[in-house]
Amino acid sequence: MSASSDVGHHAQRQARWHYGEVAFWLIVLACGFAFPTRYLIMTDILRLALFAMSLDLILGYAGIVSLGHAAFFGVGAYAAGLLALHGIVNEPVLALIVAGLAAMVLGFATSFLVIRGVDLTRLMVTLGIALLLEALAERFSNITGGTDGLQGIEMQPILGAIPFDMFGKAGFFYSLSVLFLLFLFARRVVHSPFGLSLRAIKNNPLRAAAIGIPVNRRLIAIYTLAAFYAGVAGALFTQTTAIASLDVFAFERSADLMLVLVIGGTGYLYGGLIGAVIFRMLQEVFSTITPQYWQFWIGLVLVVIVLVGRQRLHRWVLYVPNLVIKQIAGRKAVVAVPESET
Amino acid sequence: MTSILTNLFDGVAYGMLLFVLACGLAVTLGLMNFVNLAHGAFAMAGGYVCMVLVNRMGWPFFAALPLAFVSSAAIGIVLERTLYRHLYARSHLDQVLFTIGLTFMSVAAVDYIQGSSRVFINLPAALQGQFDLFGVGIGRYRLMIIVICGLLTIALQMVLAKTRFGSRLRAAVDDPRAASGLGINVPQVFAFTFAFGCGLAGLGGALSAEILGLDPYFPLKFMIYFLIVVTVGGSSSITGPFLASLLLGIGDVAGKYYVPKMGPFVIYTMMIVILIWRPNGLFGRTAAR
Repeated sequence: MSASSDVGHHAQRQARWHYGEVAFWLIVLACGFAFPTRYLIMTDILRLALFAMSLDLILGYAGIVSLGHAAFFGVGAYAAGLLALHGIVNEPVLALIVAGLAAMVLGFATSFLVIRGVDLTRLMVTLGIALLLEALAERFSNITGGTDGLQGIEMQPILGAIPFDMFGKAGFFYSLSVLFLLFLFARRVVHSPFGLSLRAIKNNPLRAAAIGIPVNRRLIAIYTLAAFYAGVAGALFTQTTAIASLDVFAFERSADLMLVLVIGGTGYLYGGLIGAVIFRMLQEVFSTITPQYWQFWIGLVLVVIVLVGRQRLHRWVLYVPNLVIKQIAGRKAVVAVPESET
Repeated sequence: MTSILTNLFDGVAYGMLLFVLACGLAVTLGLMNFVNLAHGAFAMAGGYVCMVLVNRMGWPFFAALPLAFVSSAAIGIVLERTLYRHLYARSHLDQVLFTIGLTFMSVAAVDYIQGSSRVFINLPAALQGQFDLFGVGIGRYRLMIIVICGLLTIALQMVLAKTRFGSRLRAAVDDPRAASGLGINVPQVFAFTFAFGCGLAGLGGALSAEILGLDPYFPLKFMIYFLIVVTVGGSSSITGPFLASLLLGIGDVAGKYYVPKMGPFVIYTMMIVILIWRPNGLFGRTAAR
């Protein structure tokens, strides 16, 4: 057996759907029917999960550190809001795609700035871009509504058939379908040869370049794709809450996103989804204890996670699900912890 | 013409202040290669200590300033010995997460203790108002800042260039392994430098309450400014960050005065352009560390 067919075999085995994954999505779907009073918070979690998945694509797979991912979220949110407000694109699904494309264009344009330089420069540049956009949105308040945000957005029925209801049921299932479809696509992408080449770049860009991977082009491609995802997440935010305000660009949003991914773990796509659930639950718990100062506890969680060591914690998060699967299916862990972490 | 000079003067004062605030970060980020996004928290600590001493306990302003320095330095050295030390060898991502966490904690903690509104430090009458010098309006407070910060800068440069500690620090930064081989206690040098940088930030925080505004969100609001100073200025000497602070201060004041609608736009664009053009900073070393 040659080396290349061996790699292919291994990659194919990795790419196959596991029982655990099917179970995960069934549980998510079941939640939609089990907690009919909690649609709003669950929609919020789905949005955050999609946003985190977007960051995971560049951080977990390509190793690009970003402190300004909210830039794309914000562009998506405002794009969707403006499209709906001015009645340019009334149909939500279409508007969602257009908003995602708007973020994608920005992602493509800024990717050239981001691929240059090392981690620190990337951090600064991404942060700078998000701040720049926030300043822009504040400056052109006649378009964006300034600090008041976009108000009076009225969403048309999804696909012209399903109207948004006040309990958020339609919003929830709409978000869930979007998340699932985009997840399928992301899963396909990361298990493709393209995705494997990204991992090679993350582990050692120099060596990746030496075996003929066009490093910069791959990074631009994945950054652009991640921007599309973040834009869609932002658009979902506007469509399901019917508001878009300046805080979509806020630094806190990008920082929280980092925390979500750190809790869930990077580099296996489910990290963002699991992290989003845990993060929102933590936030709920903290804000019931101290309504005004929950940020303190969020900060403490971050500090503790880093001190304990992300890898160790990561294994712990996956320990229980893997144990269950091992007991039931009688085989080794399905959701493996990636070997190297940035 | 006079308005240009007044703006220039204000810009210089602002820049000097930024330098005192950020030069500690220049050491940790540039020299020790540690991304400390929580640097502003130390500045805020100094500012609040000064505010409590002056407003609540009736200390004179000039007596409270050294204490702002000392308290921030003390917090700095405690955190360095207990927490930061373990993270020097970690990846930048870990350092970023850790210091963002610290920043969030400091914001919420100060909000809890002192409330979320902006605080002012009662200034002595001698520092208020402004006077005319050949038709140029000179703010007394800003003049004091320029004097204090200018003296500090000169002192720092002298310490770095002339004293034994300065040469140890430079040696530790250039090549930590060789330096420790020569008997220099590198961690101790770094810890001391870190604490001193935090102290300077605290002093800067106390001085800046009047100009930049002091509230619990200070660390988040000015984080980007500190980072700009360091990344644009580079880390080879303190001259780089110093010039970068002056540039940023003058640019920001002039930008707000002449193109108020563009707001912070000018400096963010400037930063991105400079980072793309010269990733190691305007005055930085050419080789990446």
